[in-house]
Amino acid sequence: MDGALNYLIILLVLVNFLALGSSQIGIVIRLSAIQGFLLGLMPLFMEGWGEIHIPLLCLAIIAIKGLLIPSLLFKAMRDVKIRREVEPLLGFIPSMLLGALGTVLGLVFSNHLPLLPLHKEFLILPGSFSTILTGFIMLTTRHKAITQVVGFLILENGIFVFALLLLQTMPFLAEIGVLLDLFVCIFVLGIILNHIQKAFSSLDSNKLTSLKD
Amino acid sequence: MSHCLFLTSVGLVAFSGVPGLFFNRRSMWGQFISILFFCAGSLAGLAAVLQSFLQGAAEEWALPLSVCGGNVSFRVDPLASIFLAGIFLVSAMGSLFGLEYWRQTRHPESGRKLRFFYGFLTAGMALVVAAHDSLFFLFSWEVMALSAFFLVSTEDEKKETRQAGWVYFVATHFSTLFLFLFFALLRQARGSFELVPFQAGELPAPEADGLFLLALLAFGLKAGLFPLHVWLPAAHANAPSHVSAVLSGVLLKVGVYGLMRACWLFPHPPDWWGSLLIGMGLVSCVLGVAFALGQHDLKRLLAYHSVENIGIIFLGLGLALWGRSQARPELVLLGLSGALLHVWNHGLFKSLLFLAAGSVIHSTHTREIDQMGGLGKKMPRTALLFLVGAAAICGLPPLNGFISEFLIYIGFFKALNLPGLGGNWGLWMGAPALALTGGLAVACFTKVYGVVFLGEPRTAAAANAKEGGKAVLLPLLLLGSLCFWIGLFPQTVAPFLEAASKSWAPPGTAPGPSLSGLAPFGLFSAVGLSLLSLFFIGKNGLDRRFKSRKAPSPVLTWDCGYLRPSPSMQYSASSYAQTLVDFFKWALVPQKNPVRLKETFPKPVSFHSRVPETVLERVFLPVVKGLQWVFQWSRYLQVGYLQAYVAYIFLTLVFFILWR
Repeated sequence: MDGALNYLIILLVLVNFLALGSSQIGIVIRLSAIQGFLLGLMPLFMEGWGEIHIPLLCLAIIAIKGLLIPSLLFKAMRDVKIRREVEPLLGFIPSMLLGALGTVLGLVFSNHLPLLPLHKEFLILPGSFSTILTGFIMLTTRHKAITQVVGFLILENGIFVFALLLLQTMPFLAEIGVLLDLFVCIFVLGIILNHIQKAFSSLDSNKLTSLKD
Repeated sequence: MSHCLFLTSVGLVAFSGVPGLFFNRRSMWGQFISILFFCAGSLAGLAAVLQSFLQGAAEEWALPLSVCGGNVSFRVDPLASIFLAGIFLVSAMGSLFGLEYWRQTRHPESGRKLRFFYGFLTAGMALVVAAHDSLFFLFSWEVMALSAFFLVSTEDEKKETRQAGWVYFVATHFSTLFLFLFFALLRQARGSFELVPFQAGELPAPEADGLFLLALLAFGLKAGLFPLHVWLPAAHANAPSHVSAVLSGVLLKVGVYGLMRACWLFPHPPDWWGSLLIGMGLVSCVLGVAFALGQHDLKRLLAYHSVENIGIIFLGLGLALWGRSQARPELVLLGLSGALLHVWNHGLFKSLLFLAAGSVIHSTHTREIDQMGGLGKKMPRTALLFLVGAAAICGLPPLNGFISEFLIYIGFFKALNLPGLGGNWGLWMGAPALALTGGLAVACFTKVYGVVFLGEPRTAAAANAKEGGKAVLLPLLLLGSLCFWIGLFPQTVAPFLEAASKSWAPPGTAPGPSLSGLAPFGLFSAVGLSLLSLFFIGKNGLDRRFKSRKAPSPVLTWDCGYLRPSPSMQYSASSYAQTLVDFFKWALVPQKNPVRLKETFPKPVSFHSRVPETVLERVFLPVVKGLQWVFQWSRYLQVGYLQAYVAYIFLTLVFFILWR
């Protein structure tokens, strides 16, 4: 079981690198959907089928992160007619290298944290740090607002991986609440995307600088 | 004290302005209801206060409410009762005065707003004074401070008023900031939000000193003590007059109350606390009156007199605090009774003056003293009542100001007789400074009374002034007669003062001398009554003597030998006070444009002089400019790129992870 969870996390980190390295927005959205599926599987491998709320949670995660949000993003992408992220602030290869560096640092850093011995053997912490960092890189270096939304989503995935450590103690309701939060957040961001597109006839979030006083 | 009665009165007062919100803006009903509520609430409040005095002991009670660890708990002792009485009385007078002065039909756009916040201001002040829990105190304090902001900016269509409102807003928030710190540290030292005196040795000296200084800053800002008074003149001048009366007569006193309560928490103060208060009081009273001398705006002038009177109150409080640290019960009693009586007295005569000034401004439509003149003949009753207030504020017998200042004088003289006083210059200076203040105040009010009410009207508006109606004169008359009452029969208020001083003393102190043993109240009465009867006998005699003679023609009061003086030849507000203003030039920094006449037949020139709010313009504004310059650098962080902001968040996160 433990090995399987670690494989899932390694897959997650690989998806991170792919997302950092691709310029096609469609691919990035699909990658985030894959991450959603991976996240949905993780609680099962962590805790097994023991309690009834775990499988329910997995289903909810897959439905929201794996299907609902990506479809929303695809719809937004079709509406605004943008397919590629051109000329990010930091190139695709450097972004990937930075992500790799972050993963290494995350590995080093998590060795210094006072963890339960049970959690030491998992890659949960490094995986989570790497994913959070990936989200930050995407948020800070991409121009198109839609990629930034995906970056936010990936960042949130990293936080979710972190929360796996607390799976036993966190109540079911809190988990569902977090999911709902995320869903509303993406929904609002989708609406904002449309408005940016309408007002600036572009999705380049740097155009927002003109709002500065 | 009946808890129910007190809470009902606070509730009635607080919501007095609410029914008016539902009436048409041109309807008078809202105002009638508000005055009815207000007067009923104030009467109930005064009854509750009287009951509490009769019971004598402090009473505590709490409502079954608790927010964030703070309880809605009350404690009313005689000290608080003194302040409550002033709050209810003066605010009710102001509310009544508003019936004609700020008539709803004449101010449809601001009248409802004004009455709404007026009620909350009064209720907030009453709750501050009655609060026994620091969180509840802070809450009531904010209700009070914010309502006062809205009241100051009642006429927010005027730029000057908006500016005055902002300065007040900033000042009051600084005060609240210091209060937050004060109560937080108090909570840390004490472990609960309850306001109870410390035991001896419970708190190390440096912490107690820090707390005292914080309290002095917070409450001094609210009370308008000299270098912290910068918000006061503009706010008082630009608020409607009955609001100014409440601000000056009561709101400042809530600051004084706060400091008294804070000192009450520390039963064993070091003696420099008292000396510091005396020193600040000295500066405040002398410079306050000096600034008042240079003003041309009637309400600004009165506002500076508030600074002066707060200084006098602080002299008394400082003396009491010093007496406590020296274990001298007679000094505590004299100083605190003087300060508390002056709290009442200033509330009475200053609101009388502000309301009378409001009546004058109402009929001349200007606040400039130099555009008035000759109003004594147009508004004889207002003039007479203003004169009563002016005599009282100058500390002249047989009025109330004399009594409270005299108590403080006796206290200072008693302190000077103590052995081993060599280095304490504050105590040496106390009585002389008080005397100087009184003298300057007389000079200032002869100027005001002379230029406003005597002589000949300087403008057409002043010539057409009309006496106010009953709603204006009734509050003035009531306040004026109370001034006389306290001045003539001080022994009737002495028990209240004694009870309040006793409740301020740390628990377990031996009962000291009685107030009537220290101050010759009988003599005050005798002197006052004989002065008054001499006046009436003399007036009667003169009347009888000149009854048969008729004045040849309407004679001016101040014609100085000119047969046909023109109004512009009269003394103006600046020329009358010029000598004294020049004497205080080092502090006031008056501004005037120099006029040189070169030709033999000079062309018309204009001359104007003004005394600005020097502390604000020379000290506080430059500091604020400097801060603005410093914080301008932070604008470089605001680049406008979304990515940059996310990067800031990320860097902060990394910082906190690594910092540990």
